[in-house]
Formats: sequence, structure tokens, C-alpha cells
Amino acid sequence: MLVAVREGKVMIESNDLSKQYNNDFWAVDGVTLNVQPGQILGLLGQNGAGKTTTVRMLTALLSPTRGWARVSGYDVAKHPQDVRANVGVLTEQHGLYMRMTGEEYLDFFGRVYGLDAKTRKARSDYLLEYFGLQDAAQRRSGEYSKGMKQKLALARALIHDPAVLLLDEPTSAMDPESAQLVRSEISRLRSSKRTIIICTHNLAEAEALSDQIAIIYRGKILLNGTLEELKRTVLGPVEYEAKFAREFDAGEFEMPQGAVLSSRSTTSMRFRVEAPLAVNPILVNTLTSRNAPLVSFQEVPKKLEHVYLKTMADAQGVAYAA
Amino acid sequence: MRRNWDAIWMVARREFQDQFRDWRIIVPMFIMVALFPFVADNTTQQAVNFMNRIIPFVILVIGFFPLSFTLIVALESFVGEKERGTIEPLLSSPLDDKHLYLGKLLVGVSTPLLFSYGSILLYLILLSRRAVTFPSIYMMTLILLLTFAHAVLMVSSAIVISVQATTIRAANLLASFVVVPVAFLLQGETVLIFWGNESVLFFAVAGLTILSGLLIRLGLSHFKREYLLGREIDTLNFKSMVRTFVARVTGNAKSISEWYRVEIPSTLRQLRQPLLIVLGVAVITIAASYAWVVNVTPQHIQVTPERVQAAQKYIADNLGKSEVINISTNVPAPWLFLNNVRATLLFFFAGLISFSTLGVALFMVNMALIGGVLGGASLIHFSPLLVFISAILPHGMFELTAVIIATAAVLKMGAVLVTPQPDKSMGEVFLLSLADWFRVFIGLVVPLLAIASVIEVYVTPIIIKMVFPYL
Repeated sequence: MLVAVREGKVMIESNDLSKQYNNDFWAVDGVTLNVQPGQILGLLGQNGAGKTTTVRMLTALLSPTRGWARVSGYDVAKHPQDVRANVGVLTEQHGLYMRMTGEEYLDFFGRVYGLDAKTRKARSDYLLEYFGLQDAAQRRSGEYSKGMKQKLALARALIHDPAVLLLDEPTSAMDPESAQLVRSEISRLRSSKRTIIICTHNLAEAEALSDQIAIIYRGKILLNGTLEELKRTVLGPVEYEAKFAREFDAGEFEMPQGAVLSSRSTTSMRFRVEAPLAVNPILVNTLTSRNAPLVSFQEVPKKLEHVYLKTMADAQGVAYAA
Repeated sequence: MRRNWDAIWMVARREFQDQFRDWRIIVPMFIMVALFPFVADNTTQQAVNFMNRIIPFVILVIGFFPLSFTLIVALESFVGEKERGTIEPLLSSPLDDKHLYLGKLLVGVSTPLLFSYGSILLYLILLSRRAVTFPSIYMMTLILLLTFAHAVLMVSSAIVISVQATTIRAANLLASFVVVPVAFLLQGETVLIFWGNESVLFFAVAGLTILSGLLIRLGLSHFKREYLLGREIDTLNFKSMVRTFVARVTGNAKSISEWYRVEIPSTLRQLRQPLLIVLGVAVITIAASYAWVVNVTPQHIQVTPERVQAAQKYIADNLGKSEVINISTNVPAPWLFLNNVRATLLFFFAGLISFSTLGVALFMVNMALIGGVLGGASLIHFSPLLVFISAILPHGMFELTAVIIATAAVLKMGAVLVTPQPDKSMGEVFLLSLADWFRVFIGLVVPLLAIASVIEVYVTPIIIKMVFPYL
């Protein structure tokens, strides 16, 4: 199962992956992805952008109309069962059988994934404890809270210890506490060198969890990279802000190479900096040499939300109001 | 094999567990199952003096009731899971399509059967208290097998519906296409029980078993997990359907002459195998029927010289009559043509609902008639060969050719429907099969039948008179 990880191969790889419905509508159009072992990819996009269809193709549930994808080293079209055996899927709806107890449910899916009785029991006990469900193991899942249901669904996705996890809207329609619970569980999973794709609308969640982010719009990937890369590409160089204790007029001064004054007020100045490691010490030095009452000098926070909204605005041809 | 069974049983076991934990399914089942035998027992008591044959009928009906109301289990097998959102985790697992399908089928058949047989057993226990004649072991076996065949037939149809439906409501509405035909079937079987005999009932069991097997094969062939999640089945695009149908019928031909020169020969080439099969079936059926009439009839009717003479005289009198020679005044060619077209359409519709089996069976009945006529001719000392050449062949070379082609097309349609075609949905396969049949029907069968009807009315009677002038 973990051969691809051991050999350092790409765990999820796709090229021009496309899906057409009814011979006219391209739900996914030319998606190319490359996710390394241990990485989490956040797949962002509007409703109907093609996130779920992409995940379903990567799970070998839907066959691609064009292009190819390999998951855990297996081609989704040629070896669908091997792909499914190596992937854990958490669907948008938890998909639990309400009349089964948590323990029975995990045991059933353990059988489905071909685990022997001893391994099933061990994995089931471990996961129930891991997700804090051991006390509810004998209760029917219909009696669980929404958060517990989602955690049990996550346990199901992990029952066969898959190298790849595909999570489709894992916290959608959940209250903030339950969503937080599930998020922290996903965060715990990342440490185990498992490759994860998360489809989500929740930008804060994607920002907190993802190593790599892809934004999909009308079936096409508009952006794909680390958060820093995306910020740089969409919002330009990093901005730093110098704050002063009182009104201060720095006057005209020569900016070091690689820095641009982007805005100023009587109590602050903002600079766009290409190479902060080299340029920031010079900037700070310049300000202090002019007796600036410097209180702080720090990066202006830019969130994934800005990146996403700007990208979407550009794609739709409308102005982006920051 | 063991691995397959384990996988199927895994799916089935969970379903059983789920079912038997839902009191809304179990309670009505138990009530109905327990109630019917008592009602039936009471009715039997009143009717038993009328005739003992009512008992097998009541057993059959008792077995059928639980099947009809437990059908919901099979109907919602796939679409129900889809609506509840539980299907995707199951489809994302490494279980293959066959395991999923057969696991669901196993549950769908087992539960109704359990209740049917339970109900029958209860009725038999109640019946044992009364002084009635029990059906023979053979009859009981046939009824139990018939109940089993009903269960498989209904459940396999219901699962095909469940896979294709997008909502439970739609599946329930479509269920009438299962329940109503099976109710009619039950009426037919009732007739067999009352007026037929056990060996006829055996053929009903055999026929239903074949049909059920074909339905399972159909479901398995076209079950693809992708269609349970894809969007294609949510839409019914009539324009696209018509376009696909017309394109398949016309092919690449730009004119009618090109269609006849290129497309029709190509279709006939595709039909080569079914044509050979149908031709073989025709020859064997005619020969068997001829042999049966020639060998068996004399055992029941003594073929004396007097009787032979009387028959010959009757034929001579009738053939000599002007209305037979001028048959066109009584049976006009257009009427004959429409009648034959109607018959081939009947083959088609019968084949359509039975994966070609009933269509081929009707064809065999017609061929048996020809064999029977030739056998009869032989019994009254007419040359069967001469009768065939003069009375059947002139129009038959067109009519039989048309009927053989039409039946071959129906046979191919049935075979295509139950053959896996991974790149096509069940709807597409059905539409294309229909178009293939229509192409043959409109391009060959109809023109051939038109020619045959003209010859049959205007030429055949003259040839008969020429060949048998002494009549």
C-alpha cells in the first residue's frame, strides 16, 4: 500500500484530467495535479466548479473522458479497484448506516477493504479511541451528534490505513465546534505522512491545513501552488508595515533596491519588498537613523481569502474590492 | 469463487442486518404473512367441497402476497442508498460491481422468499387440520419453484429499476411495471393449475427461470457504479434520443439506394449468426412438428382409407370453389400484408419484454404449424414436398425470409441487451438495439411481406391448382 511513499513517488498525479457530462458539459476540464507524499492539497472553488467530480475521478468512481490520473501509483482508469483499495474517502454527506453501531460500521468497512478479523478489531478500536468515540462504540450511529457522525465517517475512511485520503467538504454544514473537532483531527493525520486532498469552501480551513492550494473554476484549475506562491502571484510582493508611536514625517529618502513605498500615513508606512531577508534590515536601519519612533515593523497579513476572491473576480472579469 | 462469495455475502449481510432492525419493514411483513394463511384457510374450508384443486392455487397466491409487498426492499436497494447518501462510501470501496449487485440481489430475493415460504408453511399446517387432499409432492415442488421464480423475476426487475431510478418515489412508481405483469402471469398460472396439468406447469417454471436468469444477466451487464453518481441518468434528452435513433437507422447513407446498397448488406452481415440460429430453429421445429404429427396422430386418430378419402374430398371440394381460387375477394392482399406485419410486430414486442425468448417462441409456434400442415398432408397421402413447393414456397420464399430476418433481429436485440457494453448506458444500448431492429424491419421485412402477400393472394392458388389438377 505504501510502496509509492517508500519510493518517494508522487502520490496523486493527473494530467489533462477531464470529465464531460451528456456529451456537452465539461464538469472538469484539463486538471493537472501533482501531490507529494505527506502533503495536503486544498482544492477550492465555487459550488459546481468541479471539485467533487475531480475527487470522484481520483477515487475511480467516475471514468475520465480525457486525460489520466494516477493515485498511489495506480492508473484510475486501468486499475480502479487498486485505486479504491488505497484511498480513503470522506464524502460530503457522512453516509453512515444509521442502524449500525459505530463498532459494527467500522467492522463492516474493514471487511469491505479485506482486513482480517484481528486487524479489523485492532484498527476499529484504535480509530474509535483516536477520535474519542470509544464510549459511543456500541450505540447506533443514528444517535450520534453531527460531529461524532463526521468523525466516525473519517474513521471509516481510515480503517484500511490508506496512503491517500480524499476529503470532500469534510466540515460543511457543521456547527463551529464540530467543524473545529474534525479540522483538528485532519491536522493530526497530516503528521503521519499521508497524502490528503481536501475540497472545501472554508478558506480559513484550507489555509490552516493545506501545504498546496489549487483553485478550480468552471472545471479548470486557475491557480496551483503553496499559499506563499499564490499570494505572491495574485497579490504581488509581500507588504511590510512600519508603525510609529506618534506622528512622524520621514521626508523623502532613497528606497533600498527591491523595496517600494506602497502607502504612507502620519503614523505608518507600507513597503512592498521583493527579498525581505536582505532588504528589511536596511529599511529598518534607514528609519531608525532618521529617528523614527518605530513601534513595530511587520508583514501585513494577507489571507487566502484575498487570493481566492481576487482570483475569482479576475476569472469573472469583475473588479476586486480588497 | 470463495472470495466472490465472501464479498457478496458481506454486502448482503449488512443489508439483512439493516432490514431486520427496521420495524417498519418487519412488522407489516409478519402481520401480513401471519394473517393470509388464516384468511386463506377459512376460504379453503368453504371452497374445499367445491374442488380440491383450489388448494394449489391458494398456496401459489399465499406465496405471491409477501413477494408483492416486500418488493420495496429490492426497489430501494440502490436508489434508497443513493437518496440517503450511503452509496458513495460503498462505491468508493474496492468491492467490484458484481459483488455489489449480487449482494443486493441476494437480500432482495431472500427476504421475500423467507416470508413467502413461511406463509406457505403456516397455511399447510393450518390445512393439515382439515380433511382435504394435499397436492402431490411434485405439484408442491412446482409451486415452491414457481414462487422462487416469481421472487427472482420480480426482484431482479426491481433492482434494474432501482439502479436506473433517481428517486425512491420514481422507483415505486416504476414498480407497477413489475407487479402488474407478474399479476397477469399469476392469472395465467392459475389457469394452468385449474385446467392444465402438472407438466404444463413445469414449462411455466422453466420459462420463468430462464426469464429471471436473463433479467439478472441484464442487470449485471449494465450495472455501472458511475451511473449511480453521474448526472446522465438525471436527464432525458428526447432530441438527442431521436437524433441517435435516426443516425443509427440511416447510417452513413446519403440516399435510399445507397442505404440499400451499403447499410442493409452491412446489417445482414451483422445478423449472420442470429440468422443461422433462427434458420436452424426453423428447420428443427418444422421437422419435429412434422414427425410428431405423422407419428403421434395415428395413435389417437385412426387413419383409415375412408377418413383419408373424406379428407381428400373435402380439400378437392374447397380448392375447386371459386372463392378459394379468387381468394383476393375474401382476403385482400393489403389485409394479408397488415396481418403479417402485425404478426412480426408481435414477435418484436414479445421479444422486447423477454430478451427475445418469447419472440423466438412465437416464431417456433408458426414454424410448428408449417410442420403440422405438411405432416397432415402426408397422413392423407399428399406429397409433403409438393405441398410445400406449391402451397408454401411461392409466397413463403418472401414471407418466411421476412419472418426469419425479423426473428433474427429480435434475437440479436435480446442478446445485445444482456451483453455488457462498458462504454454505453443501458438506455443507449436499448435505443441502439431498437434502431437496429427498426432498420431491418423497415428496410427488409416490410417490403418482403408486401411482395409475399401479393403472391399469396394472386399466384399461390393458381400454382396449387396447376400442381394438383386432379383435385
